[in-house]
Amino acid sequence: MIALENAVVGYGPDKAFIAAVDDVTITIGDNEIVGIAGESGCGKSTLLRALYGDFTHGLRQRGGEINARFTDAGTGTTVEKRGANLSELWWDQISYVPQGSMSVLNPLMKVDKQIIDGLPKREKHGSRADLRKRIANFLKGLGLEESVLEAYPHQLSGGMRQRVLVAIAAFVNPRLILADEPTTALDVVVQKRILLMMVEIQRRLKNTLVLVSHDLGVHYQITDRLAIAYAGKIVEIGPTQKIFAAPSHPYTQALIAALPRVGEKGQRSGLEGRPPSLVKPPQGCRFAARCPEAQDICRAQSPELKMRSADRPVACHFR
Amino acid sequence: MRLLRYIAGRLVVYLLVIVFGLTILFFVPRLGPTDPVEAMLAKVAAQGAYMDASQVDRLRESLADTFGLNGTLLEQYWAFIKRILLTGDFGPSLSMYPTPVMELILNALPWTFGLLLTSTLIAWVLGNFVGLLAGWRPESNAAKAMEGVAIFLYPIPYYILALVLSILFSYVWQIFPLTTTIRGAPWSWDLISSIVWNSILPAASIVIVVFGWWVISVKAQTSQLKDEEFIRYARLKGLSQTRILTRYVLPNAILPQITFLALQIGLMFNGSLITEILFDYPGLGLLIYTAVLQGDFNLLMGTISLSVIAVATATMVIDLIYPLIDPRIRHR
Amino acid sequence: MQRITSMFHNAPFRLYLGILLLVLCVILGFILPWFAPDNPLTWYTAPRNQESSLVYPLGTTSLGQDIFWLLTWALRNSLILGLAVAFFSTLIGVFLGLAAGYAGGILDRFLSFCMDALLCVPSLPILILLAALFGGQLSLPVIGVALVIFNWPYPARQVRAVALSMREREFINVAWFSGESGVRILVRHIFPYIAGWSAANFINTVLVGVTTESALAVIGLSSATQATLGTMIYWAIEYQALLAERYVWIGSPVVAVLLLFIGLFLVSSGLTMQSAARRLGL
Repeated sequence: MIALENAVVGYGPDKAFIAAVDDVTITIGDNEIVGIAGESGCGKSTLLRALYGDFTHGLRQRGGEINARFTDAGTGTTVEKRGANLSELWWDQISYVPQGSMSVLNPLMKVDKQIIDGLPKREKHGSRADLRKRIANFLKGLGLEESVLEAYPHQLSGGMRQRVLVAIAAFVNPRLILADEPTTALDVVVQKRILLMMVEIQRRLKNTLVLVSHDLGVHYQITDRLAIAYAGKIVEIGPTQKIFAAPSHPYTQALIAALPRVGEKGQRSGLEGRPPSLVKPPQGCRFAARCPEAQDICRAQSPELKMRSADRPVACHFR
Repeated sequence: MRLLRYIAGRLVVYLLVIVFGLTILFFVPRLGPTDPVEAMLAKVAAQGAYMDASQVDRLRESLADTFGLNGTLLEQYWAFIKRILLTGDFGPSLSMYPTPVMELILNALPWTFGLLLTSTLIAWVLGNFVGLLAGWRPESNAAKAMEGVAIFLYPIPYYILALVLSILFSYVWQIFPLTTTIRGAPWSWDLISSIVWNSILPAASIVIVVFGWWVISVKAQTSQLKDEEFIRYARLKGLSQTRILTRYVLPNAILPQITFLALQIGLMFNGSLITEILFDYPGLGLLIYTAVLQGDFNLLMGTISLSVIAVATATMVIDLIYPLIDPRIRHR
Repeated sequence: MQRITSMFHNAPFRLYLGILLLVLCVILGFILPWFAPDNPLTWYTAPRNQESSLVYPLGTTSLGQDIFWLLTWALRNSLILGLAVAFFSTLIGVFLGLAAGYAGGILDRFLSFCMDALLCVPSLPILILLAALFGGQLSLPVIGVALVIFNWPYPARQVRAVALSMREREFINVAWFSGESGVRILVRHIFPYIAGWSAANFINTVLVGVTTESALAVIGLSSATQATLGTMIYWAIEYQALLAERYVWIGSPVVAVLLLFIGLFLVSSGLTMQSAARRLGL
């Protein structure tokens, strides 16, 4: 389980703080796939870094709580960490799948070394040959050839590289895997295969997968729950199926209305305008300027993320 | 298969480069305003050696042979290239008659090779080490100090450093010998220590300059690498700083330095020539210098042809080693 | 003017230091020589072996030359040689590099081979050979020409690489198809890309020019009728300045070379840093 409570995370000194994650509360439970969606610059990548505890390169937590509690898959003992201390759990209880660009893997190291490099003691038992055999079997179970182990990164195709990255994160056998746009820049067929692989891994390890993507189609295919981010805030959380069937927040409604449907002719209408700047966010609801239903109260007062029905918190004055 | 093709291609280029260099050597004497043979004879005469007419004629012939002045230009050219590449015969030395030039060169070559190889290796290892640390922690005072030193050292010409070192350590504090005198029986401990002792200053003058260059180069490479995605990924894997530095940054920072090394060899060779001359170090540089002073053209052509071949060979060896180290070329 | 001031805004400290050193060298080498009382190379225009005094700021040589004025002339000649070599090497290098990169095909292959091959040929031995053939000494123009031949490949390689990558860039094609002339494309679109790097390379070539000439001079193979920094060192060594403990005589050209080189290097690396920073800023 990992939870953010009124977390404020961003860049810069107190006087000129840019909150890319502003007062966000979300709880991600065990054994589920949670998606985070939103336009670029909405703070979803910062949210992912906060969940990972990656407070470097100027990113810092200014307020709220970030707490994690995991039960080790092997020993059954429970560990608890908060904030930046999450880094003590990297490549142990938490692992990470980056976007598989050309330069994400060390170009001078074979894939097998890159899988072994960083593994926790828990997974490293036995001889080297034994470990390699387990890795090979693991890859085979995921539909990857054993020969991949002997390859250098430049020999892998884009799709293959992404699958290797997923496999590297999964072999750690962590309680939480965070994936940052893992299927962006890949074609639809390869994308589908990678998504299925991630679902398969989550089912097998019974852990938590958090998936950040701007692509609602990706979320529709595999996530159990979905959080919609807008300008540093989360505006709506709920079971993915329910959100797609009946979006509640006006922003979510607009996003889903803009999706193309099978058998439909003509262009879909998109949202007018652009998200507000995070440097100086507006006082009231951040979506007010683009919202078709905005009233005076929207521009004056920021709505809280509150339960409107049993399992669906929404941040809107009129829901 | 691809690797074989690469090697074959590189070998062809190597031969072409040597032919190219020798072509320059072939034409240079023909550019001069004076007939090199007559200039040479005048020089020999000026040194006070008495020769009767038949000796002069024989010398003239031998010199014409050295310069390949017999036959048409094309014939001359072909004979010149063939003689150097196929037989390696540069004729007898004129100043140390009748020792063959090749023998003198073979005696000198190990000195140049040893001096240059040792000092390059020392400078390379030290420079890479310091440059890596300076690039990894650019804000630390030690890194700034080392970079400052490197910036100060790098632009200094070899001969200036050689002069400064010899002024300081041979005149002011008489620690090291001013000129090289090797003593000791063959393969004795005395000989080895004498060689090391005499090589310290010449080697230091090369090491110090080359060290500066590598620090600057590796530091730039390292600070660029720090922003690479795979370094960030390694960090997010929770790997220790030392591991990231040794397994991720170091190999990736050093690889391009090997290509730079290939580009630098010619300049470093120039430097070692001057250093040898200034320290009387018995290598190729001193031999070239002797040849110039004595007007020994056989020796001059021989040593200079060999310089061209040596530098081309060193460059080729590095080019051939490179793909063995870089998997991106090895497994394409 | 504003562009120049904005260039120096935020410039790294090393650039300022380098420019300061260069200004010093330019004053010494280009302005002061005009005020020299007479040709300082001529022997016995001054008393021999003077220590430094008000009349002779750096003393005199054992050949009766005023070291201070000799130094200004030496610096001037070395600088002129370095600048000329750098200018022509860069000019030829940029031209042939562009030609190779743009023309492609056989011409590219030929020029690329020449560049790579010339980089493998050590220049100093060839210069020594030339010197030996020219009767033991080379005049400055001959050294200059030879150095240009050995130094144009450095800029040419770089420019060729830039030209190759440019050929693939969209905006060049757009400019081409919208009817801009080749020269205009070159000046407006390509030159800005290579300008920063060329400046740094230019400075490095000045360094190489001055070093190689003075290296030749130090071993006595450069012109004896022209004062250069190298020949000053040569004469000092030749007349046993060290044994006589005349450290100013041999030390002043050494210090001048050091100041000039460190100045040039600081400016060149400062420029590189700045053009890198500007690229990131864009």
